[in-house]
Amino acid sequence: MDLTTFLIQCLNSVQYGLLLFLVASGLTLIFGIMGVINLAHGSFYMVGAYMAFTLASLTGSFALALLLGLVLAVVFGYLLEWVFFSFLYEREHLQQVLMTYGLILVFEELRSLIVGDDVHGVAVPAWLAGGVPIGHDMSYPVYRLFISAVCLAVALGMYLLLKKTRLGMTIRAGSVNREMVQSLGVNITLLYRLVFAGGVALAVLAGMIAAPVSSVYPGMGAQVLIICFVVVVIGGIGSVKGALVAALLIGFVDTFGKVFWQQAAGALVYLLMAAILLWRPEGLFKPSQS
Amino acid sequence: MKTRIAWIAAFALLALLPGLPEPIGTAFHLELGAQVLTMAIFALSLQLLVGCTGLVSLGHAAYFGAAAYVVAMLAPQSEAGNGWWLLAASVGGAALLALLIGLLVMRTRGVYFIMVTLAFAQLVYFVVHDTSGFGGSDGAYIYFRPEFRLGGALLFDLQKPAHFYWFTLASCGLTVSGLGMVLRSRLGHAFAGIRHNEQRMRAAGFPTVAYKLASFVIAGGFAGLAGFLYAVRNGFVNPEILSWHQSGNALLMVILGGLGSLAGAMAGAVSFVLLSEWFQSLTKHWQLLMGGFIIGSVALLPHGLVGGFRALRRTRPAAREIAR
Amino acid sequence: MTRIRLTALALAALTAAAAHAQSDKIKVGLMLPYTGTYAALGTAIENGFKLYVEEQGGKLGGKTIEYFRVDDESDPSKAVENANKLVKRDNVDVLVGTVHSGVAMAMAKVAKDNNTLLIVPNAGADAITGPLCSPNIFRSSFSNWQPAYAMGLVAAERQKHKTAVTITWKYAAGDESVKGFKEGFESKGGKVLKELNVPFPNVEFQALLTEIAATKPEAVYAFFAGGGAVKFVKDYAAAGLKDKIPLYGPGFLTDGTLEAQGAAASGMLTTLHYGDDIATQKNKQFRLAYAKTYKLQPDVYAVQGYDAAQLLAAGIKAAAGDLTKRDAVVKGMEQAKLDSPRGAMTLSKAHNPVQDVYLRQVDGQSNKAISVAVKQLADPARGCKM
Repeated sequence: MDLTTFLIQCLNSVQYGLLLFLVASGLTLIFGIMGVINLAHGSFYMVGAYMAFTLASLTGSFALALLLGLVLAVVFGYLLEWVFFSFLYEREHLQQVLMTYGLILVFEELRSLIVGDDVHGVAVPAWLAGGVPIGHDMSYPVYRLFISAVCLAVALGMYLLLKKTRLGMTIRAGSVNREMVQSLGVNITLLYRLVFAGGVALAVLAGMIAAPVSSVYPGMGAQVLIICFVVVVIGGIGSVKGALVAALLIGFVDTFGKVFWQQAAGALVYLLMAAILLWRPEGLFKPSQS
Repeated sequence: MKTRIAWIAAFALLALLPGLPEPIGTAFHLELGAQVLTMAIFALSLQLLVGCTGLVSLGHAAYFGAAAYVVAMLAPQSEAGNGWWLLAASVGGAALLALLIGLLVMRTRGVYFIMVTLAFAQLVYFVVHDTSGFGGSDGAYIYFRPEFRLGGALLFDLQKPAHFYWFTLASCGLTVSGLGMVLRSRLGHAFAGIRHNEQRMRAAGFPTVAYKLASFVIAGGFAGLAGFLYAVRNGFVNPEILSWHQSGNALLMVILGGLGSLAGAMAGAVSFVLLSEWFQSLTKHWQLLMGGFIIGSVALLPHGLVGGFRALRRTRPAAREIAR
Repeated sequence: MTRIRLTALALAALTAAAAHAQSDKIKVGLMLPYTGTYAALGTAIENGFKLYVEEQGGKLGGKTIEYFRVDDESDPSKAVENANKLVKRDNVDVLVGTVHSGVAMAMAKVAKDNNTLLIVPNAGADAITGPLCSPNIFRSSFSNWQPAYAMGLVAAERQKHKTAVTITWKYAAGDESVKGFKEGFESKGGKVLKELNVPFPNVEFQALLTEIAATKPEAVYAFFAGGGAVKFVKDYAAAGLKDKIPLYGPGFLTDGTLEAQGAAASGMLTTLHYGDDIATQKNKQFRLAYAKTYKLQPDVYAVQGYDAAQLLAAGIKAAAGDLTKRDAVVKGMEQAKLDSPRGAMTLSKAHNPVQDVYLRQVDGQSNKAISVAVKQLADPARGCKM
């Protein structure tokens, strides 16, 4: 493998990893801060992709669709937490698993009823189309660089929010001791609702920006869900830094695994998870280090 | 004592199914019954792990599928295989796999344990899916149902729906009584102790890792029994029986029925399978009904069907007390 | 008292048996994906099947068709149970299905064990008309080998490529398709440099696209379906490979996916046993009737469903409406010469369609059949002992 190809593969790894991080960050926040296992997280990703498709067709502009979609996602997440998820906090993990599994089925069927079962595509907006030529035959799609840029911006934003703002501090405190924070006068219900809405919005955003490259089809939520859980568990539940490191790790393992070790490519990510959990049974980073 | 009589009565009733006239005692219903009982064995095996020992595994399908694949690989293509050997090999193989994976996963706890069991099940899935020797993604056939002979004479003919049904029913009965014995023994009490407070058990001097491993292996073995029955009944194995959906379904049945109760595992399996059938006959969008049912039942019956049943029985005497 | 009861029972049994034997209904069991990734294909197949029956006035061989449906969810682990619902519970006379090859394999076993007539309206697993072939198993679609082999010939002869790289998911259908392409391509002097695999159903192709660019073949042959096909073609174009290394594939790469793929697929050459604009009278009539009845455009899956019904009709006719005369039915189906929207179609000895494979080019939103790549191509049915 020559140097150019190696560098391009690294770029591929980073881009895939960053997109995974965007989806998984919402999951690790919801999981870590509110202690809720949400199997329906993949469904939010799917909702994002389908929203991008419908909104882009309606408005004709991808950028407008993104904006509208984000707003709708926050509203949707807020309502969903209020109507459904707030009842899960007191429940045991197993019941959360079961209820959110039921939610996946409901979302999939609603999707089938509302939008149908066909495969759809979303066009890459013209100002982001085209490629950056690398080497002789390849050009790296500008849109993929855009995806990476968005993910990095979100990562930076989350870091600043969680580490440098009062809100972030309250969120982190709430994950460690809910009652204490409540007795300090913080409206923890509202806080959780906002965090949940934020987590949903992250997954929806990921679905929306990935839609032009991944296309929109039934079952896309299930595929991303399991990888998301792997990212969250490797990184350490509740740790955003962990999710970033884990996602990038998976990006590299998946990319180079496909090139060098095709026989085992499918199993590699799980091998990685098993190996890491045997070494560090609680993932790479603790939530306090997020 | 009362529960034992209830169990025996229930199994005796179930054994009557082949004798009932059409349209109940048909070959199709006998096969459906065998399917439900196989799933019940699968759920019972997981109940030992999840409900009784407190180890939530999302990779239990690995042992179910491993046993099924052992049957497919070892069964001869042109004649019926030796039932004793195939049964022993598949259950033993599943237990061995459970031992190997169990040794590796015992360090983790809680949600990490759930995920690492999932990881290993996925590994088994990919190995089977990607290896053409196992039949790859198209699966493999088992051409003849194995024969159980004693000194040359055929004990029963598994090709006959009634015989196969009784064989499965007997296996289910064996599972219930076997697991019941385990739960009543010192081993079972240790499991319960670990479920309640592992730290305290360790402080009291119990080698908890060994006990957890024992639970894991026993559960894996019984899952292998279910896998054997599945393979023999279907005559076809496919990597999808190793998928996390299969593991998830088993967990669903256990939680639906009620954690910690053997009757609950059976009730959960029966209701899950029969409900899926019923919903499918109602509408094309039956998954909406299934999802709604799952959400509703967890919301209203947090301790599963058995919990709901017990709550119902509790309220009546209490009401009588108040009325007095 | 007992004698009267006995006679009454006997009479009832006799009438029941007589009624069943002379039943004026034919029970068709449809086992198709009505939910999940392949739901659209399942619906298309059923639509096509029912369209043919409607065109015959709702009856085949003078008997009304009674439909039974089971959603197979494209899940092989439940396939045997689902097939048994139709075969043992509903006692269907003929089983029709399905899309997913793993499920079809299970159906083939159930059909063999119960000697039920089975018509496969899509699943291309070579084994079904290969080692698993059987007098009661028929296919109205294709074998994975057929379009792939044709593409191999086209790539080497017409397009004059000397080297190629193949890429597909690591599963049976992908393996069979690549084998077919390789056989055709190398038989005409080409050489397959690398056979790349993506774990199923992973859709992250970037790593392998880079690999393809580094290998610099003259052509790339890809087999993906559904969402994967959309993504691959789009990723291929976005990586700048579209204009440098031509992409080929069986028709599934561009069938039903053009709206989603957009400009990324324009000009692509694929091979399939059907093209939307085949200029025969039959095809035009079919497309009109389908669009009128279902308000949708038909695709290759609808054609396969339509032909499954045609095939069944040929069998019923040969047996003069009596499906219990299985030998006559099978003979009728084996010797059927179908006037299919895809062109003239007969069956091989292994019961797989012998058909023209078209070379199609993507033009806007449709696949235009520009020529016949191979006339009356038959699957070699390796391993079939019929």
